[in-house]
Amino acid sequence: MSTLVFDDVTVQYGHTTAVDGVSLTVPAGQVVGLVGESGSGKSTLARAAVGLAPMQGGRILLDGAPVPTRGRNRPLQMVFQDPYSSLDPRMSIGESVAEAMPRGASRAERRAEVERLLELVHLDPARAGVRPSEMSGGQRQRVALARALAGRPAVVIADEITSALDVSIQGAVLNLVRELQRELGLSMLFISHNLAVVRYVATHVAVMHHGRIVEEGPTAQVLATPDHDYTRELLAAVPGTKPQTGTPR
Amino acid sequence: MRRWKGVLRTPLGLAATALTIGVLVLAVVAPILWTDEANAVDTSDILAGPSADHWAGTDNLGRDIFYRTLVATRLSVELALSATIIAVVAGLVLGTAAFLLGRRSGRLVSAGINIAVAFPGILLALFFAVIFGVGATGAVFAIGLAGAPGFGRLVQTLVAGIGSRDFVAAARVAGVGRVRILFRHVLPNISEPLVVNATISAGSALLAFAGLSFLGLGVQQPRYDWGRLLMDGISSIYVNPAAALAPGTAVLVAGLAFNLFGESVAKALGVGVVGGIPALPRVPAAPEAEEVAAEVHHQHDDVVLDVRDLEVTFPGPRGPIRPVRGITFAVRRGEAVGIVGESGSGKSLTALAVSRLVGDPGRVDASRLELLGTDLRASDSRAQRRLLGTSLSMVFQDPMTSFNPTLRMGGQLAEVARHHQGMDKKAALERAVDRLRSVRITEPQHRAHQYPHEFSGGMRQRAMIGMGLMGSPALIVADEPTTALDVTVQQQVLDLLAAIREAEDVALVLISHDVTVVGEVCDRVLVMYAGKIVEDLPAGDLATEARHPYTRALVAAVPDMDTDLDEPLAVIPGRPVDPADVPLGCAYAARCPLATDRCRAEQPPLETDAAGRRVACWHAGEPIDVEIRDREDVYEEVEAS
Amino acid sequence: MWVLVTASFLMIHLIPGDPVRAALGPTAPAALVAAKREEMGLDDPILVQYWHYLQDLFTGDLGTSIVSQLPVSEIVSQRLPATLQLALLAFLVAVAVAVPVGVLMGVLTRRGHGRRTELAFTTSSVVLGIVPDFLIGVGLVYVFGVSLGWLPVAGNDTPSAYVLPVLSLAIGPAAILSRIIRVEMVTVLEADFVRTARAKRLPARTVYLKHALPNALTASLTLGGLILGSMVAGTILVENVFAWPGLGSTIVSSILNKDYQVVQAIVIVYGAAVLIVNTLVDVALALLDPRSMIRED
Repeated sequence: MSTLVFDDVTVQYGHTTAVDGVSLTVPAGQVVGLVGESGSGKSTLARAAVGLAPMQGGRILLDGAPVPTRGRNRPLQMVFQDPYSSLDPRMSIGESVAEAMPRGASRAERRAEVERLLELVHLDPARAGVRPSEMSGGQRQRVALARALAGRPAVVIADEITSALDVSIQGAVLNLVRELQRELGLSMLFISHNLAVVRYVATHVAVMHHGRIVEEGPTAQVLATPDHDYTRELLAAVPGTKPQTGTPR
Repeated sequence: MRRWKGVLRTPLGLAATALTIGVLVLAVVAPILWTDEANAVDTSDILAGPSADHWAGTDNLGRDIFYRTLVATRLSVELALSATIIAVVAGLVLGTAAFLLGRRSGRLVSAGINIAVAFPGILLALFFAVIFGVGATGAVFAIGLAGAPGFGRLVQTLVAGIGSRDFVAAARVAGVGRVRILFRHVLPNISEPLVVNATISAGSALLAFAGLSFLGLGVQQPRYDWGRLLMDGISSIYVNPAAALAPGTAVLVAGLAFNLFGESVAKALGVGVVGGIPALPRVPAAPEAEEVAAEVHHQHDDVVLDVRDLEVTFPGPRGPIRPVRGITFAVRRGEAVGIVGESGSGKSLTALAVSRLVGDPGRVDASRLELLGTDLRASDSRAQRRLLGTSLSMVFQDPMTSFNPTLRMGGQLAEVARHHQGMDKKAALERAVDRLRSVRITEPQHRAHQYPHEFSGGMRQRAMIGMGLMGSPALIVADEPTTALDVTVQQQVLDLLAAIREAEDVALVLISHDVTVVGEVCDRVLVMYAGKIVEDLPAGDLATEARHPYTRALVAAVPDMDTDLDEPLAVIPGRPVDPADVPLGCAYAARCPLATDRCRAEQPPLETDAAGRRVACWHAGEPIDVEIRDREDVYEEVEAS
Repeated sequence: MWVLVTASFLMIHLIPGDPVRAALGPTAPAALVAAKREEMGLDDPILVQYWHYLQDLFTGDLGTSIVSQLPVSEIVSQRLPATLQLALLAFLVAVAVAVPVGVLMGVLTRRGHGRRTELAFTTSSVVLGIVPDFLIGVGLVYVFGVSLGWLPVAGNDTPSAYVLPVLSLAIGPAAILSRIIRVEMVTVLEADFVRTARAKRLPARTVYLKHALPNALTASLTLGGLILGSMVAGTILVENVFAWPGLGSTIVSSILNKDYQVVQAIVIVYGAAVLIVNTLVDVALALLDPRSMIRED
């Protein structure tokens, strides 16, 4: 279990500041939900953590030490939004998972590990040889999760991992995320624009708006008694929550 | 490999392949067989026209031009291929440099490539020909290097396309090095277009070489290629036209062969061949229950939209595909009807079919399709266009792409009034400004003069709704109007639709994959699965009174702000039905916890109950054991696929 | 432009061996070669030479032809009009043919309509587009000049002499351009905003001409610019087929005569022409597409 700390992180693209001095802590073994609308900088923050976006200021620390963004050892892993784009169509799913594993294992060890990981995400290990094109979106997202776990990460970042999926599959992936997190004791940064989804998986929540974190705290508390206007606006916008219309519950 | 064989299936592809092979074979054998004939000097028979001895006549030393043309094949092809190899190698180096070098130096390389690409190949070739000197070697380098920027740009574009995909990002996050990513992930994924384009460049190089040699800058005497022969031939074109035409034809045939071969391969690898227009078997008559249902609805004489047995069919590679398989519903004045379903359920096509926007090659059939009592199945008349243009308005999913980027907003709105209501330009624009104001766009006067890209996503979607209000619509069909928008903006758009419905008594058909959105806005919900309506119920009953197992699962699978945090979410095992392969019986049977043999064999009819609710299920309303389903979660998708 | 000027300066200095010796021939006395080198400043350090070269260029002094002893600027200004005429006429012909043909084909072959028309059009335009202009020229010479004897095949003395060169230069680009416009038209007709226009129930003509065409043209222009650029260069070959007294025939004879001062100047002129074409295309793009102004920021 590890703690991930964002300390005054700033990311700029040209003249636009996507992330503006963000400080955020993902405590060991906890899931922090990061919510906000598109363009609020939440995905950029995630990409900065894994070295895909250049940082202009601040530090990102894992258990007190800077996160390595070079070399094979990557304790921070990420699962991407679009499972149709995040798997190489030319590689079998087994190869994709194996590629992310630490070096130095024998062939047999690697195969055993791939099987273990596929089993972990509820995929049939016998299907390690198939290509992504033969799989559904939900299955691909499971492979992407297995690949992220293959790097033996201390922290996993999940970037909108259910928003490209059909509703019928979304539930299964969310169940899997909760199950894996509990079984493996992972620390996790779970990014989503959907408050109901974040409420379901995250113990803490941080609200991002125009590149800044405007509110953060335990999920139940923030959703019940929001402090910031923007959080209230987000809450009011969740479909089905308006008392005068919709379903009587 | 199977896709490569597709090349041979078109006549053009077959011809190009045969020609290419022919040229290559000739390049190998011709010099072996006919070198002596080609070099035989006969001073008694110079500059002769075509004859039985010399099919293309002779040159100024009495040598046979036909044989010389054949023998020249090898040198011409050799030079062209060498130039292509230089172009491809240099292009690969240039094109991948930007990927390997990282941002800053990469940008420099691509700027260089862009400048070089803007310069025509022949100019670059001349430039290099000056540097390398006149002659075959110089020309090979000249043409090769002249082709490099173009190829480099192609590689760069392809690499950038693959490089921006998430699987490359994932590999980088996993700690895979740049060079390894290039060879393992990027190059394999772009190899097909590269091979195709290399073939095409070989053809172009062949032609370019002929050009250089023709100018006298390529191959020098006593060696000869086609361009050289052409140059010699054209000087005597009045004496013996065949001397120019023979090598000219050879260049043309070979150049075309390589080019067309490449193009055919590109086409074969690109899009699959779509079958012809299918013979459409009609679905057996709709179950009687649907007739009854339709009658029930039709008793109201304030019906805005009346749809019966609607089908949409497309030609597919293996016979016709029918994504909408006979649906029946009606919408009353001022009513809001939601259509929910997963992607591929046919809900969007239903919306397009109702508004007569299913384009070719799709086909719409219905036993009734009426808007305000007018049959929409009749062919496209001016009166019908006016009715649809003023009484039916559409709101599409993506407001970013649904406006014409080259026209001003006001003009795009005003168009409707000008065409259908006969307003003049000024009046129409005033109406447009007024409508923009009515959808709560501030400073509408100013905004009407702006272009779509100056509007935010939410504003565009409101403007789209405003455009639908240019006439006096009786029905608004909104296809996923908020999916592309942020949650806070989504709420504004939904509120606007609700307000308009109330103020103008407009009926609304709202299509969405999100049960909660539909539940909030609509009076009644149609649940679609695999091109059929499986349940039709009041929106208020969704959470508690739904009877179809699919509807119940759909509601339970989506977490909301009241979901029990200690329980796993309900899941729907398996995957949605492929419209090209709809199973016999109930389409949902494979994913349904209640399914029995009857479900798999016999399609349940859509039955109407006393309250007017409809459901198509043999086990409607039976309890579902959640515990059992949750255990099935393991491997569930695998078994179903 | 600077890149172009520098490149053409370097070109002369990259030529292996002594350009003066090459131009004057191996039999020229060593003293003459040395004198000539002195006169051209070839013995100065390279940066000094470059500076003089730039200075001369700004004052319009392009040097003197080593072969004919005429000022290069005179040769260029004498030959330039003929080339310009040829390129502009061919450009107008190509556009005048390509736009209507491309649009018409786009409409006829949208969404799997008219598969036969599409096949016929694609095949013929691919073939016509690939055949290099000088081969078309040779073919035209044979048919109309030699066999039929209708049209003159050399020079630019009479209006009828323009027909064949302009045609041979225009046919290829016209074919390629019309193919691009067709593809863009078909793509644009699939766009969401065209669906919006159809949802407004506008007449077909309005949908095609007002909504689809401007967008198809903006997309075509970028590629079209490259083709027009290559047309400028195409004059080099075509002029040689038809003995057209322009820059193209001059540059080739100068390369063969190793008259590098002239070559250098003509390369600059051609390069500048290509740059101008590209700039014009950018300007046209900005006028047609309101979004491009945003992109500039």
